[in-house]
Amino acid sequence: MSYNKQFNAETQLKLSPFFDRTSKLNESQEWRRWSGYLSATNYELTHENEYFAIRTKAALLDITPLYKYLIEGPDAQRFLDRLVTRNINICKVGQVMYTPWCDEDGKVIDDGTVQRLSERKFRITSAEPNLEWLEHNAAGMDLTISDDSVTTAAVALQGPNSRDILNALSSDSLDSLKFFWMMDTMFNNIPVSISRTGYTGDLGYEIWMDPNDALFIWDLLLEKGKLYGITPTGLQALDIARIEAGLILLDVDYISSRHAIVESRKSSPYELGLGWAVKMKKKYFIGKQALEREVTRGPEWEFVGIEIQWTELENHYRNVGLAPGLPSTAWRTSTPLYYNHEQVGYATSGAWSPILKRYIALAHVKSAFAVEDTKLQFELKVEHFRKLTAAKVVKTPFFDPERKRSCPR
Amino acid sequence: MPEVKKYDAIVIGGGHNGLTTAAYLSRAGKKVLVLERRYILGGAAVTEEIFPGFKFSVCSYVVSLMKPIVMRELMLPKFGLELLPLESTFTPLDNDYLIRTADPDETYREIARHSLRDAEAYMRFGPLMGQIGMAVRPILETIAPNAIRPSLSDLFAGKKLLNHFKSLTSEQFEYLTKLMAMSSADFLDEWFEFEPLKATMSASGITGTLMGPRSPGSAYVMLHHYMGDIDGSFRAWGFQRGGTGAVSMAIARSAQYFGADIMTEAPVEKVIVKNGKAVGVALENGDEYTSDIVISGLDPKLTFLKMLDESDLPSNFVTDIKNFRIRGSSGKVNLALDGLPDFTCLPGEGHHLRGAITISPSYDYLERAYDDAKYGNFSQEPYLDIILPSVLDPDMAPPGKHVMSCFVQYAPYNIKGGWDDKKREAFGDAVINALARFAPNIKDVILHRQVLTPADLESTFGLTEGNIFHGELSLQQLFALRPAVQWADYTTPIRGYYQCGSGTHPGGGITGSPGEMAAKKILSKW
Repeated sequence: MSYNKQFNAETQLKLSPFFDRTSKLNESQEWRRWSGYLSATNYELTHENEYFAIRTKAALLDITPLYKYLIEGPDAQRFLDRLVTRNINICKVGQVMYTPWCDEDGKVIDDGTVQRLSERKFRITSAEPNLEWLEHNAAGMDLTISDDSVTTAAVALQGPNSRDILNALSSDSLDSLKFFWMMDTMFNNIPVSISRTGYTGDLGYEIWMDPNDALFIWDLLLEKGKLYGITPTGLQALDIARIEAGLILLDVDYISSRHAIVESRKSSPYELGLGWAVKMKKKYFIGKQALEREVTRGPEWEFVGIEIQWTELENHYRNVGLAPGLPSTAWRTSTPLYYNHEQVGYATSGAWSPILKRYIALAHVKSAFAVEDTKLQFELKVEHFRKLTAAKVVKTPFFDPERKRSCPR
Repeated sequence: MPEVKKYDAIVIGGGHNGLTTAAYLSRAGKKVLVLERRYILGGAAVTEEIFPGFKFSVCSYVVSLMKPIVMRELMLPKFGLELLPLESTFTPLDNDYLIRTADPDETYREIARHSLRDAEAYMRFGPLMGQIGMAVRPILETIAPNAIRPSLSDLFAGKKLLNHFKSLTSEQFEYLTKLMAMSSADFLDEWFEFEPLKATMSASGITGTLMGPRSPGSAYVMLHHYMGDIDGSFRAWGFQRGGTGAVSMAIARSAQYFGADIMTEAPVEKVIVKNGKAVGVALENGDEYTSDIVISGLDPKLTFLKMLDESDLPSNFVTDIKNFRIRGSSGKVNLALDGLPDFTCLPGEGHHLRGAITISPSYDYLERAYDDAKYGNFSQEPYLDIILPSVLDPDMAPPGKHVMSCFVQYAPYNIKGGWDDKKREAFGDAVINALARFAPNIKDVILHRQVLTPADLESTFGLTEGNIFHGELSLQQLFALRPAVQWADYTTPIRGYYQCGSGTHPGGGITGSPGEMAAKKILSKW
């Protein structure tokens, strides 16, 4: 799909190469925008079946709107190692690394995955366009950067049955493909790349392909997947799953430092719970100096999991004669968190977890209040009135099944 | 026997700023008279039915910088202020086009079609300019100080501004400095690569100014335009339902609601000065009105050199006013159309017709247009900023018909041999040809055409040299220097005589700001 010269009569937004199928499957005709694409909110009238497909069957999601860039050349490894906070020098061919990247002040610009396609070739995915930043930092290096956003289409197949479906299709078995590794294989003689990655915190894969093969692959997956409960899945179900997995979302849980118009909107990796992905032993990466200072000082904010406590929540509703009101979908409204009636943070996304039966949220809190089990108060609106209700800091991911990482023997 | 009547204040000129001052003074309980020379109010913000059934915003055609506090304090929505959004900026090209809309995804996709890099840079550019606008805004909202003999309130305001500037980030400071000094072309070259995008953006840096996109200083004029503020969103230009005259009428109704008297067809001949103090005005018909305070909404040349005798003024001040640059650089072509223009590059109707259409394909195109003007000719291939008011507001034209407003640059006031009917028509033809290059059907759908040269703008609307801003918005004519040092705080060397037009701080455009701040200054001393 290229940028159309003429405006499309159906929509001014971009259409994914899977649109021919997804538009017909979308019974609700509810769409969201994702990077300028029309992207299904949910395919059925409610998202519940799609959510449970992620956790109990296999969910098929069109993830083509991700921005993708190919970095190729003798300096590709050196370039990426300077760019991101993870150690790309130890990334083997066929390995994938999740990583944030920062500006010189150590504030996060974006986060995504780096795939090592060959010794000298990488693909990096991002939530926002990053070509300008990549090119800006490639000055004087022997490499080429190409925008792969429309030249590669992708779907995610997520859920416990995802491996079985792919094994039924693939020329090579996926049994030994480890978490955050990828392989090239064939579906009916069509080459695809499969990475064991995803945005659900479950067993799952992402399949990368030529857009010209997109419809064929989609049909094949649905056909073979039928026996395993494959379910086209929209963003609403995904949003709950990614919160359960404790995975952050740009422009919801944080703002890119390239677009934050005031300093206070920017976040360091430490402030986003991504300290584990910052490899301070690396000689250099963009933002390292600033982050060294932050490590010495300790970050001002931290990003934590929050659980809203059931009993008090239930009481608030009982007081007005109602059964507990729970959000049916994930929410993205910044919601204040208090400690002793003083605001010490804010939750940026939250959901009732149908699999855990817990009301969970992801939140920014001042570091002093980020310790596990800290008791906070969460602002809740009950029958138009604001209440404070008990919440506590808990470990993320909220949901972390064994199958996410395990391989069959 | 000439009629004599006493007012608290008399405003000369029923333009939108004069009306704003009148409304504010009336609101404060003063008895105010507004005297307008023409049969209709509004000055350059005027709507007239030039051809039967076809209404035109004859001069000023969009609203961007109307100050929110003025809208609120004068209750303008109650009196008819209705600003419709201008949805897009459309730049037709020979084999392609560029369109920017209010939607970020659509705009990203469209710019990316030409340059991926520009699409990304554009996403950062807008918010940054918004931040720079924030940095400048306090200046625009401060009454300019008397730089020679500052008053206590000047010093207080100066200290506030200084503190504000200390609070700027280094990024804001860097870009502010660049915008003050650079040409719009140089400034935009640091950001973008796609020429039609840059040229179109640079065009707001030349509006109303006898400068090209490559002239140093033009970047500031661009910033001035970037501060357009409707509903708090920067760079949101609007179209007033019923044309810009309806903005003036809303202010006039507000003034009348607060008790002002407004007279049209009442041209003022002179301000009556006694012992260095203004005491009233004399009309051309011999009528006289006395008042404690006289306020001129006219441009500085008329305010001082026509309404007063030079001998009443300090000679160095007269020199400053004579040197005040007010070179008219633009003309206006208003068309009554039988149908819509059909652009070769994007045929048919669409939302590209609901916003600004700009003929600005490249820097060279604009710079050559300027070259013509520099040497005393109108542009053979002029820059056009076009809107189709009837697409936004069908009441502007009979059903199925349309009106088109073309702001044209350059048309120098001081054209070789002076403006005459023949040159006016040749200028009109050049405008139509420039448009027909991209919309060839235009020649077939024109029912009537009105061509206004700077000479016409001067004779009809009293804009000296046809300058739409009452003086160029170049740095040496802004803030404490607008229109002259020591007299930038709306006062004049004549006691009781004040100025409130676009020739005062913060300058031109339909803002209400000079009018509002002049009134507040007058009231503070009353």
